[in-house]
Amino acid sequence: MSSHIQNIIEKYGKDATRLMDILHEAQAKEGFISDEVVKEIASQLNISKVDVEQTLTFYHFFSKKPLGKYTIYLNNSLVSHMMGREEVAHAFEKVTGTKFGSVSEDGQFGLYNTSCIGMNDQEPAAIINGIVFPKMTTYRVKEIIKAFRAGESVTDMINSLGGGHNQSDLVHSMVTNNLNRRGAVIFSEFTPGDTLKKINSISPKELIDEVKKSNLRGRGGAGFPTGLKWDFCTKTPGERYVLCNADEGEPGTFKDRVILTERPEMVFEGMTLAGYAIGAKLGILYLREEYRYLEKQLETVLLGMRGKGLLGRNIAGKEGFDYDIRIQFGAGAYVCGEESALIESCEGKRGEPRNRPPFPVQVGYLDKPTVINNVESLCSVVKILEKGAEWYKSMGTKETSGTKLLSISGDVRYPGVFEVEWGITVQEALEMSGAMNVKAVQVGGPSGRLIGPNEFHRTICYEDLPTGGAFIVIGEGRKILDVVKNFMDFFIDESCGSCAPCRYLTVILRNKLNKIMEGKGVASDLDDLVNWGKQMKVANRCGLGQSAANPILSSIENFRYEYEAKIEKGKDFDTRFDLNKAIQESSRAVGRFPEA
Amino acid sequence: MSEKIKFTIDGKECFAEKGANLIEAAKENGVYIPTLCHLEGVKPAGSCRICNVKINGRPMTACTTTLIEGMNIENNVEDIQELRKIIIETLFVSGNHYCPACEKSGNCELQALGYRFKMLVPRFPFEFEEKEVDAEAPKIYIDRNRCILCKRCVRSLKTEDGKSIFAVQGRGYKAMINIDHELAMNMTDEEATHAMDTCPVGSILKKERGYYDPIGSRKYDKKPIGSEIEQIVTN
Ligand SMILES: Cc1cc2nc3c(=O)[nH]c(=O)nc-3n(C[C@H](O)[C@H](O)[C@H](O)COP(=O)(O)O)c2cc1C
Ligand code: SF4
Ligand code: SF4
Ligand code: FES
Repeated sequence: MSSHIQNIIEKYGKDATRLMDILHEAQAKEGFISDEVVKEIASQLNISKVDVEQTLTFYHFFSKKPLGKYTIYLNNSLVSHMMGREEVAHAFEKVTGTKFGSVSEDGQFGLYNTSCIGMNDQEPAAIINGIVFPKMTTYRVKEIIKAFRAGESVTDMINSLGGGHNQSDLVHSMVTNNLNRRGAVIFSEFTPGDTLKKINSISPKELIDEVKKSNLRGRGGAGFPTGLKWDFCTKTPGERYVLCNADEGEPGTFKDRVILTERPEMVFEGMTLAGYAIGAKLGILYLREEYRYLEKQLETVLLGMRGKGLLGRNIAGKEGFDYDIRIQFGAGAYVCGEESALIESCEGKRGEPRNRPPFPVQVGYLDKPTVINNVESLCSVVKILEKGAEWYKSMGTKETSGTKLLSISGDVRYPGVFEVEWGITVQEALEMSGAMNVKAVQVGGPSGRLIGPNEFHRTICYEDLPTGGAFIVIGEGRKILDVVKNFMDFFIDESCGSCAPCRYLTVILRNKLNKIMEGKGVASDLDDLVNWGKQMKVANRCGLGQSAANPILSSIENFRYEYEAKIEKGKDFDTRFDLNKAIQESSRAVGRFPEA
Repeated sequence: MSEKIKFTIDGKECFAEKGANLIEAAKENGVYIPTLCHLEGVKPAGSCRICNVKINGRPMTACTTTLIEGMNIENNVEDIQELRKIIIETLFVSGNHYCPACEKSGNCELQALGYRFKMLVPRFPFEFEEKEVDAEAPKIYIDRNRCILCKRCVRSLKTEDGKSIFAVQGRGYKAMINIDHELAMNMTDEEATHAMDTCPVGSILKKERGYYDPIGSRKYDKKPIGSEIEQIVTN
């Protein structure tokens, strides 16, 4: 064992900043990371054991205990629930004989909940030993567990292949693209390698200017102007880095998954252009562990690009432009999508967002100036260079240029990815996806806004209703409070735990929501939710904590009546108190019970 | 000679050296900004969020702020004080703080802030979820029921060769402080005392030592926290 760990550690140059990779490889060997392995890693890297553990225990997919021969992660997100997760979960428990959160007695099956896995268009979905099983049904649960019991492998259970590259040998996945609408930028005609050659006729500064002129704004959610970000980065001297954010953790988004499946070259070319613009030598694609099934394809594309001189030395014949890309896998933590947490994770640490300033463009990866961009932003750059900023600006609205990928899911006939021009109304998006009897739309995922029909006329763009792309449609029959509860549980699970309010005020808010849902709420509880929830916006360090109360706040704003229907009228005391329950123990002790 | 800069806190004109930390600079100007995770000379964590102030109108943590000429800081204003009080109350209910039975009572910064902010009882319901005590180290023990995860121990208590003795385990509300048992074996008496003094609450305590100073004569028993800073002005 110890020589095995030694090999892994030597492979990463005994570099503690590569702890994520080291832990991944150690876990791949045995299925978990034992105490001895932790000790061995600590001693080899010359750090303390608690330092290894603080990274290890931060990430959902690392484990110090065996997870079962077949490790089953079932998506716990809202849309999974809407599409019948409960039945499927129940079937899993029944046929494996174990409960969620534990391993069956024979050590065969481990059942776990997991936050959104980026498959909202084909829920309920599970990941079993790294392989995605979309569209799970009770029938399928019984079928696969029976097969596993009979000794079949997980890959044996791949019974269909999704469209596009999912069918290739490199991906070979049951995941479907559901690319329901191709637009002019990301999913238009694309010939790999052509645009990259243009660096021979354009200087880094000219490239930055072109991106600036295009008005491209970041597609990861915050919408910062991409050209400006690159420009800022070049102002700080020193080695620079490009990080591509493919963490895609916001429940309800899955568009980066489809880009990485169908346009991997475009992603890497975008990263290379960013590297050229800011003068970087290394780019890192930070990829969520849930998309591990794309690894082989992505590595193969990188190899191919190196072979064609599109990565490596003197790229595309451009003398002195040396650049390469590596892939960094996450290990299950939504907060790592936050740019500074992503940097920490790339450095082998807990994914805790940093305090800002300084910003990553000044002090980023390995404390060097770093540009971080979303997958879709970087792909857009490729097309902007190919067709020009003017062409790009001719699409969209006045202040929001180009196209946007919407990930539409929930109560719609055609869930999937839609590439649309900015400026489409919510109503149009609903019609486009075949939405039925819509009560509400969650725009931008849990951290976004829950809107009702009175806002369906609004346009999707930075001037009006901005979004990172998640668009969850909630039909008439659904209960808003169930939606809110699912989102609150998500934030509680995914908080990094640094900030006191994000760590615990979220729990307080969720508990109060539970109280209302149990029919024990009073009118003042609603005021509390609003007053306490508002504090979250200012109290926390990063966007996760700052928006963690949004589900509560925006649902009270737009669907107050659903709360009020649950509230006990005319009572202003805490109805949660149960006298009989409170005196149960002493009743038992004295042998006297209150009369019923 | 380093450069002096001017800034204001609640309208009061203040001076500091360029590049100074806002907490320290405020202190020198006789203004108390409440803190919990801040530890002078150690990289700020910005995690308790108590030191929230408004800088040119925007909420920011003071402990992570490096002063710039002309900054306009709001400290003693209603909404900020309310936020701070909410945070204090959150910390009280997120753990189990039975002050009368705690060795740190009177020297505890959380308790003292509770008094300063006139908290009678937290507005949030208690959960009383029990947390594990780790008493394996020979000289100290950690009572996680009282830990507020300020990470002062994590950031400042290292071995001679720079290894961490304390670290956080897990994340979110399940996060907790862990101690490296092997490294803690070699802690000296002084290091153990220092560890206890580093912790703002009664989470890290020295073994075999209790109630040296009687209750009533401890640091915050007679004067509220922060008053030693505010004293400078009146003198
Ligand atoms: C909690 C949290 C999660 C985030 N997750 C992602 C993500 O998965 N992908 C992403 O591109 N940006 C995400 N972001 C936004 C990033 O911090 C950052 O703004 C973005 O990657 C910058 O790239 P862009 O300018 O191209 O959008 C997240 C932000 C927060 C606060
Ligand atoms: S807001 Fe929440 S997730 Fe963000 S840094 Fe603070 S504790 Fe971590
Ligand atoms: S043990 Fe004490 S010093 Fe360490 S994080 Fe907890 S409260 Fe802070
Ligand atoms: S003292 Fe500034 S955040 Fe804790």
